[in-house]
Amino acid sequence: MIANYGFNDASGDWFLILNTDKCNGCGKCVEVCPVKILKVGPDEIDIFREEPVAFVKHEERKKIKYHCAPCKPGYGLGLPPCVAACEPAAISFSDGWKACFKDSHQ
Amino acid sequence: MVEQGKPVEFWRWPETNWVNPDIDWIKGEWITAGVDVGSVSTQAVIMVDGEFYAFGNTRTGSDSPNSAQKGMDYALEKTDLKLENIDYCIGTGYGRVNVPMAQQAITEISCHARGANFMYGPDVRTVMDMGGQDCKAINVDDRGKVLNFMMNDKCAAGTGRGMEVFADLIHIPVWEIGPRSFLISREPPSISNTCVVFAKSEVVGLLEQGVPENEIMAAYCSAMAHRIMELLKRLGVKEKFVITGGIAKNEGVVKRLEKELGIKTAEQAWANPQYREKNYPFDTQLAGALGAALFGQSLLELGKAKSVRKT
Repeated sequence: MIANYGFNDASGDWFLILNTDKCNGCGKCVEVCPVKILKVGPDEIDIFREEPVAFVKHEERKKIKYHCAPCKPGYGLGLPPCVAACEPAAISFSDGWKACFKDSHQ
Repeated sequence: MVEQGKPVEFWRWPETNWVNPDIDWIKGEWITAGVDVGSVSTQAVIMVDGEFYAFGNTRTGSDSPNSAQKGMDYALEKTDLKLENIDYCIGTGYGRVNVPMAQQAITEISCHARGANFMYGPDVRTVMDMGGQDCKAINVDDRGKVLNFMMNDKCAAGTGRGMEVFADLIHIPVWEIGPRSFLISREPPSISNTCVVFAKSEVVGLLEQGVPENEIMAAYCSAMAHRIMELLKRLGVKEKFVITGGIAKNEGVVKRLEKELGIKTAEQAWANPQYREKNYPFDTQLAGALGAALFGQSLLELGKAKSVRKT
């Protein structure tokens, strides 16, 4: 399952995308997240899944525009820490930024 | 139309309940219930061995536990079933953690996907849940399992509560807005779709200018349709596309959304031919509670949940 946790700010629509089929629940993203919005636990959407999975904490979902914004790609800082730390490549960021920052990247 | 001294609330949509006359619950093995406490409405659905048995659809009050209780009592009203006879109850929706009679809480995303699968059939691929305070776009597989979902992160604009506020403002019952929004000579430009408060002041402005009511309704409906489009565009819409939740009953929004998308929504009728034949009530608001009750059934069958039936 693909879980999209979205936010929008002045630079457009953004999504933290978690592919739960790839997620192995290792919890490395939780460790590296500078604002601690991620958590590993039982899958709340697919209740029949036995293995733990990473997700964005409930109380943070409406606030990720403040928390995720400093890490979001496109400012030339490289990958966000959660994306870089994820070995099975389950976490990704929406590529809306490519359009926003086209000039600065070429 | 409006009696003097008597307050009229145009947003008050009618509450309903129903019991299936063809089922005798005593013969059933598992009796499961789902309670969907949303921000605007509360539904309770009771299923006997995975068959639709009874439902109650009420308005949510100021307190989730009370609303859940009210919804459940309303569903049980026409039956001779008691709360003690229910094997397993699952809470869902915005107030899912505050459902006193529920043994478990499941998010409304999974429940709507599962409920839509039951209501509209296994060929449903995209479910749009338009609730009281948020909307979610969900891609599902043939078993009603969530494949991809997206939730709006904004406020109540373009949702059920916004429509209620709007109905009260222009003094037209909320269920008349859909049909009346088509009684227009031209399609007006849509109004602000980012905030209920802004939309409200824009509507007041339009009323002042003398714009006909029906045209304002059309403008509001198209604003709502446009807002949902943003979500659906990102997720991608696959047929069969269905809408659940209260706004699905507003044809003004649904038809405008279909036009903008270029995809028709599925007919609002039971996929199960027996249900269709016997004319069981089809209420798009029930999807969440139905899904929850179905999850209860699966959990009991798989032995992952224990029955709490007392009598």
